[in-house]
Amino acid sequence: MKSPLAKVIIIFIFTLICLYIDLPSSFPIKFNIGNYSVDKTFNRGGLDIQFGRFSFRRSLDLVFGLDLAGGSHLVFEADLSGIKPEEKATALSSLKEVIERRVNFFGVSEPNIQISSFENKSRIIVELPGVSDPKQATSLIGQTAQLVFGEVAPQAEDKGENSQLPFVFTDLTGADLKKASVVFDQTSGRPAVSLEFTDEGAKKFESLTERNVGKMLPIFLDNQIVSAPLVKEKIAGGRAQISGDFTLEEAKKMAIQLNAGALPVPVKLVEERTVGATLGEESIYKSIRAGLVGLFMVVLFMFLSYGWLGLIASLALFIFAAISLAIYKIAPVVLTLPGIAGFLLSVGMAVDSNILIFERFKEERPRRPLREALEVSFGRAWDSIRDANIATLTTAFVLANPFDWGFLHTSGPVRGFAITLALGVALSMFTGIVVSRNLLRVLVREKKQ
Amino acid sequence: MINWLKYKYIYFSISILALSLGLFGILKWGLRLSIDFTGGVMAEYVLGKDVSIEDIKSKIENEVKANVSSISKVGDGGSYIFRISSLNDNQKEKLKDILKEAAGDNFKELRFENVGPSVGPELVKKTVYAIVISSFFILLMVARQFSSFKFGISAILAMFHDSFILISSFSWFGHFFGAEVDFLFVTALLTTLSFSVHDTIVVYDRIRELQRKEGGEFVSLANRALSETMVRSLNNSFTIIFMLVAMILLGGSTIKWFAVALLLGTIAGTYSSPFVAVPLLVVWNNWEEKIRLRKLSR
Repeated sequence: MKSPLAKVIIIFIFTLICLYIDLPSSFPIKFNIGNYSVDKTFNRGGLDIQFGRFSFRRSLDLVFGLDLAGGSHLVFEADLSGIKPEEKATALSSLKEVIERRVNFFGVSEPNIQISSFENKSRIIVELPGVSDPKQATSLIGQTAQLVFGEVAPQAEDKGENSQLPFVFTDLTGADLKKASVVFDQTSGRPAVSLEFTDEGAKKFESLTERNVGKMLPIFLDNQIVSAPLVKEKIAGGRAQISGDFTLEEAKKMAIQLNAGALPVPVKLVEERTVGATLGEESIYKSIRAGLVGLFMVVLFMFLSYGWLGLIASLALFIFAAISLAIYKIAPVVLTLPGIAGFLLSVGMAVDSNILIFERFKEERPRRPLREALEVSFGRAWDSIRDANIATLTTAFVLANPFDWGFLHTSGPVRGFAITLALGVALSMFTGIVVSRNLLRVLVREKKQ
Repeated sequence: MINWLKYKYIYFSISILALSLGLFGILKWGLRLSIDFTGGVMAEYVLGKDVSIEDIKSKIENEVKANVSSISKVGDGGSYIFRISSLNDNQKEKLKDILKEAAGDNFKELRFENVGPSVGPELVKKTVYAIVISSFFILLMVARQFSSFKFGISAILAMFHDSFILISSFSWFGHFFGAEVDFLFVTALLTTLSFSVHDTIVVYDRIRELQRKEGGEFVSLANRALSETMVRSLNNSFTIIFMLVAMILLGGSTIKWFAVALLLGTIAGTYSSPFVAVPLLVVWNNWEEKIRLRKLSR
């Protein structure tokens, strides 16, 4: 068992580390003391830990959700009525891939795309940070994927090998493709992609391969090349295989992209939420102001009610805030406006464990010496604190929906609230008990008579 | 020591009054559901100070062919919140054209939310699931915690008391101040459920601790437990209330009603533990004893 003093020193160092993480990534330092003047820019580096295959990289900047950073939250409903039940999952993952490609093409940094299925309805949620006018993005995403096979344009052949190969589209399209799947080549054992055509498609493919033996046969998805295999021979029967030097991942990705054309899924925009950057900035500023005022009131109240004990609780509260912020940066927790509310609420709740203990202490004080009274109060109060907080943690768990259960909400703002609240409650048990207890053990001395 | 439980029928009357007022509000006005549940458009634009809201409203209704349910001013920066029925892409563009024309250079889109009609029913279902699941877990926890029927049921009745007061107060706020029930409100409701049992558990824990250690008449034990936990319960609520009031007054319009809902939940939760949960427990206990005495005397 380490002495309380050692623990307080550890807590102190830990808090300093957290405070360092809490600093903004860079800010100017400028001051003058007599003749000595400093004019520098402070830069806090990020985290970059590499250990064998394990790597951990964080920029340690706060990540803001769409409601604070500005951006668009779009929900599309996928119409899967034309898809066979057993192919729905494939069709959905292909749809997601297509949307990802389009969003990347649109040049959005860090888009977030997820599928959410609930009672036979499938939704694609697309989050585009920084996009304040999503009109272009929605019309781009709303298009059904176009898969088309091309061939080398006839006139290009005469110009020699160095000229770029212009391609022309053929009449073989995604509609002629039944499905694509990953297989393993029977001779080489390497991953390959097998194509299966409809009867109509088989005929078209046969004549296409016949004309193009020894040439490339590019396949386009939304006008971008997915693959350009070389035709070895004329292929009849409607089955073909694209083999090459692929990894399993590459083959899977190619099959998904091809299926996007084979199993086209029309989508419809059903929900749009756009927040401009100005409103977000204003919200951040207002929340910080509200938080500081509230915090000041809490500290004042604790001091007026409990005197120096209250000040120690406020110190523990300060450590609580420093650790919370550091966790948000390391995890990272995406901060939304309700998320900030959850944090502020947890600040109000964090002193609860201290209040429980101090009230207990007032009762025990007349019966025992000071130190013993403190220890007994901590011991007794712990049961209540633990029991009482389990309820809040349970509710936060349901709201945060960490396993992405389809029957619960996956809404970002609500999740943000639940996550910061749960983190706050869990952390407050630590700071309320471990931090303030050891601070009190070190700082409290029995008055000598 | 204060004899808290002497006034238990006053506490019950206060609760019954609050519940009836709530019931009245719900029956008379219902709840104003937000576009999260009903579908529709909610948008905030900066238009400048001297635009005519009436003109804009009639223009939107005639040219966009959409129902405008309200246009309200927020703050004094010349920004307005619009609540309109769900719009398609063309209607959206028309709406913006009208507003741009009316506002000129001042025009700025702060946020735009458009929820299609198919989303609402799904959200309602998911909300019901969330409430059912969290209440179930809280019930399970209370049952395990107190392994006693009367403790558990009284705690749960107090919890329903708080939720009903919170829900029904929003019919009043909705009618008089335009507060809406959106998904954040549901979040506040679930948080209230847990706050409510949070405080109750602390008082009940104390009653049982005294029962184990000292025994004696149940009412006087309950009175002592109330006296001993009252200050902590009030103090703890004060710190939460400080944070929430700061959020309501300074936190901006987006989060105002969410903070109000949390505040009401906190106040109801703080009130209900000593003044609903404990008196219920005492009344129940008295009945139990009377029945036992009657059986003995036979």
